[in-house]
Amino acid sequence: MDPEGVLSPPSGSVPPARATRGPRLGLGAEGARSLLIAIVSSIVFFGLIAYVVVNSAGWPRVQAQFLDAELFWASLPKVISKFWVNVQLFLIAEALILVFGLLLAVLRSMPGPVVFPLRLMATIYVDIFRAVPGVLVIIALGIGIPALRIEGVPKDEFFWAIVVLTLVYSAYVSEVYRAGIESVHASQSAAARSLGLSQLQTMRHVVVPQAIRRVIPPLLNDFIGLQKDTVLVSFIGVVEIFRQTQILTAANFNFTPYVATALVFLVVTIPLARFTDWLVIRERRKGQGGGSVAAADSGKRSRLRA
Amino acid sequence: MTAALSIQGLHKSFGELEVLRGIDLEVAEHEVIALIGASGSGKSTLLRCVNLIEPIDAGRILIEGDEITAKGVKVDRIRRRVGIVFQAFNLFPHMSVLDNVTLAPRKVLKLSRSEADAQAIALLERFGLAEKAHDVPDRLSGGQQQRVAIVRALAMKPDLLLLDEVTSALDPELVAEVLDVIRELAAGGMTMLIATHEMGFARDIASRVCFLDQGRILEEGPPSQIFAEPREERTRQFLNRIIEAGRL
Repeated sequence: MDPEGVLSPPSGSVPPARATRGPRLGLGAEGARSLLIAIVSSIVFFGLIAYVVVNSAGWPRVQAQFLDAELFWASLPKVISKFWVNVQLFLIAEALILVFGLLLAVLRSMPGPVVFPLRLMATIYVDIFRAVPGVLVIIALGIGIPALRIEGVPKDEFFWAIVVLTLVYSAYVSEVYRAGIESVHASQSAAARSLGLSQLQTMRHVVVPQAIRRVIPPLLNDFIGLQKDTVLVSFIGVVEIFRQTQILTAANFNFTPYVATALVFLVVTIPLARFTDWLVIRERRKGQGGGSVAAADSGKRSRLRA
Repeated sequence: MTAALSIQGLHKSFGELEVLRGIDLEVAEHEVIALIGASGSGKSTLLRCVNLIEPIDAGRILIEGDEITAKGVKVDRIRRRVGIVFQAFNLFPHMSVLDNVTLAPRKVLKLSRSEADAQAIALLERFGLAEKAHDVPDRLSGGQQQRVAIVRALAMKPDLLLLDEVTSALDPELVAEVLDVIRELAAGGMTMLIATHEMGFARDIASRVCFLDQGRILEEGPPSQIFAEPREERTRQFLNRIIEAGRL
């Protein structure tokens, strides 16, 4: 048998990983030259863009409308004070999404005819909430349901904001989880089931723990998206950073507050994005060490079935 | 006396391909059966069927008289009586060696953690693995990993142990340590069904050898007979190829 044969590329093809890895800011004598070229080309490129923008016909007007320094410093503390609402939305929704998304993913991953109705419901759910734009769900639930004036149903916008963010993002996150669950090799389930563990126990103790480890980077990526999408709830009247920005913009007939708000998001999101990248790189390094066992087994099984 | 394992008219196909074409086999308690045969002859599939990892198409499998292939049988209850060890170990990479061994006793047999740990440590000690108890599997050699996999199966105190080419994924110098473990189990009276390419080992350890060819048991008998004077032409050809390859 030939377990390596499963992984090795077809003969004659160019190994793609190596080809893309070539030009980077390396070290050494070659590297110093590359670095110089990178710096010069960056200066030329960005300098050119700046030149075109600053010399455009509308630049003085745009500058006044978007880059009013005085207004910027006046609005920054005000938008930051409302950013706390977004942070709360994000943290509460995030916790709920992690649980609900996993539940959906596990339901969709369970084999067997008994759980078919649950699997079907989970599938329809994910299809719907990934298909409909989040803003529409926010308006439908955040305005529509309170308007029904049903006894005992909360009217609070903040409550509905959390509900909608959870519903929409759980659909995405469940797909991330599911990809992770499917990436755990079938031989792991076979080993667990062979020891007498039930389907659920196998999921709980063997498959899901391994799946979650693998999907932490894409999960974080989704949460960067969630962080930004918290501004969508301004549509149903939650006064958070975006709503506050709109108020300031309207009061001053000037768009500079938007720039301040954009900056707040940049400062919060970029570190998280870098952290995610770092996790991806670390995971890739680990992945190279642990893949061989699964490969050997799949080679074996495909041979049996061939 | 009822057989430890009885396989009757077992058929199994993967799509168009019929991998097992009528297997009949009786295994008495404490017997060690070696399944030999070319790659693709159905050895692994047979073991996977006995463990109910693969559903069967026709036939019956009985363990100590209980038909495990009957409708409505609780699959999980059967599996805890039948241990299987895989070629690729299939240890759980996110758990320590100790947790690999104790997971099923804790979750399936409902032992407390201290009971399960004590039992697992005793087993690991017996096979020279006690000091690895708190390492993750990736830090062990292949031979050590496979021994842990055997210990993991033994921790469920199975009536029957299935070994699926357990040395085929190992570097040659690591094979002996795993075979020694299996020898010890055989000496202790464990009933085993062993699919193997290690003919010397099969000759030493097996009470009976079955030669599988194209999904059937073409020939079976004591190792002295199968290896010295096989009746079937195809068995002879197979063994000749093995000898030419220097494996016997």
